[in-house]
Amino acid sequence: MRLFRGLNSAMHAAKHAACAVAALGVSSAVHAEGTVEVLHWWTSGGEAKAVGTLKDAFEAQGGTWVDSPIAGGGGDAAMTALRARVVAGNPPTAVQLKGPGIQEWAQQGALNDVQEVATAEHWDSVLPPALATIMKYDGNYVAAPVNIHRVDWLWANPEALAKAGVEDMPTTWEEFNAAADKLQAAGITPLGHGGQAWQDATLFEDVVLGVGGPDFYRKALVELDPEALASPTMVASFDQLRKLRGYVDPNFPGRDWNLATAMVMRGEAAFQIMGDWAKGEFLAAGKVPGEDFLCAPTPGNGFVLNSDSFTFFKVSGEDKLKGQQVLASLIMSPEFQKTFNLAKGSIPARTDVSLDDFDMCAQKSHEDLLKAVESDALVPSMAHEMAIPRSVRGEILDLVTEFFNSDMSSEDATERLSAAIMRAM
Amino acid sequence: MRQRRTSGIVQPKGLRSVLMRMGLFAVLGLFCLYYLLPLVVMVSTSLKSLAEIREGTLLSLPQAITFDAWAKAWDSACVGVRCDGLKPFMWNSIAMAVPAVILSTTLGAINGYALTKWRFPGADWIFALILFGAFIPFQVVLLPMARTLGQLGLAGTVPGLILVHTVYGLAFTTLFFRNFFVSVSDGILQAAKVDGAGFFGIFFRIVLPMSIPAIVVTVIWQFTQIWNDFLFGVAFTIGDSNPVTVALNNVVNTSTGVKEYNVDMAAAIIAALPTMLVYVVAGAYFVRGLSAGAVKG
Amino acid sequence: MTEHPSPRLQAERWIERQLPRIVVLPLFALSLFFVYGFIAWTAYISMTPSGVMPVYDFQGLAQYERLWATPRWYVAILNLFVFSGLFIVIAMAIGILLAILLDQRVRAEGLIRTIYLYPMALSFIVTGTVWKWLLNPGLGLQRFMREVGFEDFTFDWLVNSDYAIYTLVLAAVWQSSGYAMALFLAGLRSVDDEILKAAAVDGASGWKTYTSIVLPILRPVFLSTVIILAHLAIKSFDLVIALTGGGPGYATDMPATFMYAFAFQRSELGVAAASATMMLMTITAIIVPYLYSELRRTNR
Repeated sequence: MRLFRGLNSAMHAAKHAACAVAALGVSSAVHAEGTVEVLHWWTSGGEAKAVGTLKDAFEAQGGTWVDSPIAGGGGDAAMTALRARVVAGNPPTAVQLKGPGIQEWAQQGALNDVQEVATAEHWDSVLPPALATIMKYDGNYVAAPVNIHRVDWLWANPEALAKAGVEDMPTTWEEFNAAADKLQAAGITPLGHGGQAWQDATLFEDVVLGVGGPDFYRKALVELDPEALASPTMVASFDQLRKLRGYVDPNFPGRDWNLATAMVMRGEAAFQIMGDWAKGEFLAAGKVPGEDFLCAPTPGNGFVLNSDSFTFFKVSGEDKLKGQQVLASLIMSPEFQKTFNLAKGSIPARTDVSLDDFDMCAQKSHEDLLKAVESDALVPSMAHEMAIPRSVRGEILDLVTEFFNSDMSSEDATERLSAAIMRAM
Repeated sequence: MRQRRTSGIVQPKGLRSVLMRMGLFAVLGLFCLYYLLPLVVMVSTSLKSLAEIREGTLLSLPQAITFDAWAKAWDSACVGVRCDGLKPFMWNSIAMAVPAVILSTTLGAINGYALTKWRFPGADWIFALILFGAFIPFQVVLLPMARTLGQLGLAGTVPGLILVHTVYGLAFTTLFFRNFFVSVSDGILQAAKVDGAGFFGIFFRIVLPMSIPAIVVTVIWQFTQIWNDFLFGVAFTIGDSNPVTVALNNVVNTSTGVKEYNVDMAAAIIAALPTMLVYVVAGAYFVRGLSAGAVKG
Repeated sequence: MTEHPSPRLQAERWIERQLPRIVVLPLFALSLFFVYGFIAWTAYISMTPSGVMPVYDFQGLAQYERLWATPRWYVAILNLFVFSGLFIVIAMAIGILLAILLDQRVRAEGLIRTIYLYPMALSFIVTGTVWKWLLNPGLGLQRFMREVGFEDFTFDWLVNSDYAIYTLVLAAVWQSSGYAMALFLAGLRSVDDEILKAAAVDGASGWKTYTSIVLPILRPVFLSTVIILAHLAIKSFDLVIALTGGGPGYATDMPATFMYAFAFQRSELGVAAASATMMLMTITAIIVPYLYSELRRTNR
């Protein structure tokens, strides 16, 4: 801190002159229903519309919404700006933030809790426990989830499958491999895939779930248990990932996920393993679920959970605090959860919202979610920053993507996985 | 302004020179192709409908030309919850880039002039130290800078951003002018000094008018860097005061949404138009002889 | 004329004499604070356990050990050398070539010059996507060439871990060589006509005039160009993110992307600061001797 203190005194004189300039930009009007400045990375297309529904609902209650959209790198740019804002002593009121990222900021003492609202509205009884844990710090809610995305989806083009004589969606990796071999023989790329680290990691975690089951997944990718990480099951998972690598066309590196989805749409590729946002691409192209494309969970009888949420930063002033309470309550209201998720293509984070207006894939997702909660098979996604600290996740992603793009053996990969995780701990 | 165009260096000499000229144009043309190819793809994509992009190959020429994407990029694409396209953000960038370019260029010119034509002990050291600032990675100065701006009360404001760009532009502007002045001979300046002209007198009346080539390359550089900056823009402005690069990024980037490549391309070209305008205008001063006469001494 | 100037006049003269220093010093102070102050801050942070936010507990060199135990860092450093070397040399060569060619009284000079320069105006956020399409074997050049009949034409650098770094060079040269051209053109245009005429009278050929008379005069322009290109190379960030995303795998990772990833994606500020410090030390080791020799030369 010494250096900063030096800076501080040096700048003190200049500060007063500059204050006048800053004051111009700040609105001093106080609104009865609160003001929120929301930093988020849903900036374009359907995602922007989804946030728009939140803004509209907030303003309908008489509040003022200040929008701070920053897209890029799945939130990386927004996180950069967030740090600059917090360091400058000017944090946004609410920030789109997820998974252990919430805990990181809470540990810095940067968050306000909204436990009052949560208690009054019984959040504990309507959220899946695995998700509720992530939203809390020290037993208090510091974040409110807007949706649930399922990561372990298998998308398919039924025509392509028929052409190769594949009749059913595979339910085990053996069945998948058999189907893929048939497809390959028929000259169809079995798996449409984009070679970006997070996409490779998506395949990896879905494979781990399928090969090892939910308990193994949790041990290895959530608890980072050294034994599980070094186990033969992990080697077997890498073996299956290597298999998948063989089912991908040679031009996959760097491809965006939506272009892989387009390959499935056109029948160039038969399957894609991707979260349920891929559905948005199909729907936008006018495809009908169940007819033009199929959705089924990847093998493994689990549910890989990804959820977006808003976190409340430490701000002062009646107006802003009120805004946080109102926003928290609004996000968790059943009506909002429904409108938002219809626009976003995900399913409500609340388990008690009816899914009658949703498409069949979303309904399936909801059904499986309830089942998974029951049988304790709901696991947080490692690839999508729900499970482990970002530092550890980064190391795993580096290793998985290197494995996928080289001829590293499964044994080496398993060994290096443990080493990489040790480094980041 | 004098535009004394003296003859080129290769003197025409019959058939051989005709052949050389053809070769010259062939090389220039080939490079034009290299530079233009991506632009052709961008323009062609921007004129397609989204359905055509999804169905066809990405690089084919448009079958039915539509300007919808351009209209959308300009004033109806969503940038967060606000769907007014890039239009509102262009002004933010201009309000930031123009003062920052003028400030950093002027300061750089004075700096370069003082460091070469009024040399004092340690001038080279100072130059070298200022120059090294060109290499500081912006990713790491972000946080201390944010802290500084917060202390100054300039966090999240346009003046704050102008300060940042001026400070980190100084290394380059000083470099350009210093290296230009170094090759200008001291004769005229000595004469002016003898005549009693002072530091600023010589600067404004003699040095500035002959440094047009240096001003041109400096302005081109600074304008490009400042206009295209994303990192500082994203970290040091808030929402509605974002520069156009942040807005462009918001239009283009979607994590889990549908990608509209045609709008992306149109938006990128629109965001680049002011910079290209600077190139065209500034480029008009790339003329031989502007500084001739002044250089010798 | 008085023999002894009045004190006021003396004071004025003193100020006039000190004016260059008075002008330079505040700017120098700015640079000391915003560059060297922040470098010192970064160096200190690299010796702390800083994670999501800066903390100031000194812990020694642990972050450096962590950095040098990360395989990805070696890839990034090696790439920096390969990429910078190729990029600086190629962009500079093209810049000089085009500037000299454009200096031959070319008719459409304004248009051609703008064509060479425009790539710099475009944000790589989008042009990166275009290059990605052009260089992807299944979409771009390779497919095009095969469709027009060259069945064996192969150009798959983008998807090949060993060659992807060269596609970055290709796109970076595309973006920046035009500016190198502009720097040299501005330099050429400020060379005194008399020198050129004298060379012509002496019977020097066009080529010889350039290599032995003009280019040596442009020495300071070389310095500017090297600094500018080195700056672009070292800070290549948008380009890498947009074109390869650091892939395949992390084969095209660079220190700037590495640093960003650790500072802001992974909440490992300490490692990021350590990598920044290493990078600055490397740059110092390379640039300082060069600067030293250049400054000595121009002073004579």
